[in-house]
Amino acid sequence: MPNMSPKKVEMPVQAGNVRNKNFKEVALGYTKEMAVTEAERCLNCKHKPCVNGCPVNVQIPEFIQEITKGNFEDAYQIIKTTNSLPAVCGRVCPQETQCESKCVRGIKGESVAIGRLERFVADYHLKNGKEQIEMPQSNGIKVAVIGSGPAGLSCAGDLAKMGYKVTVFEAFHTAGGVLMYGIPQFRLPKDIVQKEIDLLKEMGVEIKTNMVAGRVFSIDELLNEQNYKAVFIGSGAGLPSFMNIPGENLNGVYSANEFLTRINLMKAYKFPEYDTPVRAGKKVAVVGGGNVAMDAARCAKRLGAEEVYIIYRRSEKEMPARLEEVHHAKEEDIIFKTLTNPVEITGKDGFVTGIKCVEMELGEPDASGRRKPVPKPGSEYVTDIDTVIIAIGQSPNPLIKSTTEGLDTKSWGGIETNEETCETSIKGVFAGGDAVTGAATVILAMGAGKSAAKSIDKYIKELG
Amino acid sequence: MYKIITKKELNPTVTLMEIAAPHIAKKAKAGQFIILRIDEKGERIPLTIADYDEEKGTVTIIFQIVGSSTSKLNTKKEGESILDFVGPLGTPSHLDGIKSACVIGGGLGTAIAYPQAKALHKMGAKVDVITGFKNDDLIILKDEIAAVSDNHYITTDDKGFVTDVLKDLLERGNKYDMVIAIGPLVMMKAVCDVTKPYGIKTIVSMNSIMIDGTGMCGGCRLTVGGETKFACVDGPDFDGHLVDFDEAIRRSYMYKEQETCSRKEHNCRLEGMR
Repeated sequence: MPNMSPKKVEMPVQAGNVRNKNFKEVALGYTKEMAVTEAERCLNCKHKPCVNGCPVNVQIPEFIQEITKGNFEDAYQIIKTTNSLPAVCGRVCPQETQCESKCVRGIKGESVAIGRLERFVADYHLKNGKEQIEMPQSNGIKVAVIGSGPAGLSCAGDLAKMGYKVTVFEAFHTAGGVLMYGIPQFRLPKDIVQKEIDLLKEMGVEIKTNMVAGRVFSIDELLNEQNYKAVFIGSGAGLPSFMNIPGENLNGVYSANEFLTRINLMKAYKFPEYDTPVRAGKKVAVVGGGNVAMDAARCAKRLGAEEVYIIYRRSEKEMPARLEEVHHAKEEDIIFKTLTNPVEITGKDGFVTGIKCVEMELGEPDASGRRKPVPKPGSEYVTDIDTVIIAIGQSPNPLIKSTTEGLDTKSWGGIETNEETCETSIKGVFAGGDAVTGAATVILAMGAGKSAAKSIDKYIKELG
Repeated sequence: MYKIITKKELNPTVTLMEIAAPHIAKKAKAGQFIILRIDEKGERIPLTIADYDEEKGTVTIIFQIVGSSTSKLNTKKEGESILDFVGPLGTPSHLDGIKSACVIGGGLGTAIAYPQAKALHKMGAKVDVITGFKNDDLIILKDEIAAVSDNHYITTDDKGFVTDVLKDLLERGNKYDMVIAIGPLVMMKAVCDVTKPYGIKTIVSMNSIMIDGTGMCGGCRLTVGGETKFACVDGPDFDGHLVDFDEAIRRSYMYKEQETCSRKEHNCRLEGMR
């Protein structure tokens, strides 16, 4: 008999006023008992609507059934057949708009906590499981993957399972892409990402760091000189957008990319033990309403900022950030200033002293379907602050486009691909993830990496 | 890991290292840079490529010991390795069609001016080089530059600045297709002020604060001709007459406080005072 509680088993977390002073993980994870109780809420539906909501088709009811029986390792193995990074996805996937949004239990009450269960199983495995690496029979065929973020890693993992000899090229000194430089430690501990990457290496995937595609090699050279039969581009969305308002080049104005990279990848929160500095200031304004904005605000708070504002031009309802992230930010005393838009950053002696904002109201829906914010005339006011973090989006890095002849891209920089096969305008070159879609989610990028791996396999087999 | 093949002290505060990095040596061009990280806790340090040798598979860097990271780099010995070394980054200098040029290096900037002079000399252009230093003890690359230039003028602060030499050359009727100025921001700004009335195209090399060097962080942004540019991908070379130097100078002060803190911490560790 299933557990008919209308509510999910709650996730234990560090209290807001404790965790906003440390970089340790916020959510602490289910115990075995909690996991089993939650798993028993699953009705094990025959038609599995949840699986349709998953970009990588995790066999959700199957793994949850194993949890109810206490077979946690078996549950892990089921997830692992289609998802190469379960511990990551269990933490950062927006389950509420994917698998959990399709859950039948969600009609009357809360859906099954699929994400929390995935995380539990993955963590259980990392702690107790013994990795049985099934070394695939190598076919000796070389495939290159550019970028070691979620798209690249999932593509590399699937190709390696098929027997390909995969080399991943990463521009940074550490593999993992946005999982390492973007998402903070308190949401996704870096040792978990590292373990997932180590597993890929054990499967025979070679990862070459410090390799900037387009500079140290071209895609043409990979195909025609270095004998790679195919190339997958998963270079992400690394180019930060700025607002183009006066004062944006003052000291103390960061792109979210820079602020988060300093903290997450370079460990500036441990300065001066680590050599990279960061200036969080005492009063911080973060501009934007997405997950990146929440991450930046919560990092600033942890670095000792007294007041941290989220400044967003629409209302809270339109915020693209996950609901959970917004809740977590509020619990950590982040102050939300919605329907507010910066028009100028003011400064003195080259450093930021304030941000001038205008109040907004919502007008007619725009192209995105969300109501368009319009400024209220004469409502400008200045707030004293010493740091501004701009988190209004990222677009694909133009470096590969500008150094690859014949690679078609859209006007905003995304690589043109066949949606199904991930083929680009160049034969043998495939692309997926944020480099194609613009900034999206980890799991969508992983889904694209998987589809590309399938297409690459088909393409190479047809080459004969 | 990237091995230090040779290490040479050019003067008490400036060191040259040849690093084994064949894949970079093969692709490097004048005007490009590398980023290195000494060890696991190190920061990413951008340094312009001073020379490269495709046959030996080495890239030469020249750095000044200014802060805790460069002090740490200077403790590394020949035969030891540094953890990360990535490049070539940035857009190579556009030197095509230049028949005569004046290349100016100020202090450590001389190390970056050298490959430019060498490239121009190799193309068959007439190359005058002006280098300026605080005092005689700090002069670097004297013989190297002499070998790739038609005239090499060296000045020290007690005798005059590089701009004084440049003014003199221009007043005496020397004509250049291009002036390349590399050194402290104030020096590059001063050179641009001298060349502007003459309408000589003046290229400067902007060594801004940056993290990734691939266009991701935007920390290296500067205003050029009223537009925001990233030194790491749009540069490091820019038309000096269009660069907003005052802003660039202000931006270079971003981490002054932290640098002092880091240097203190570093010295304390070195001297065992803690």
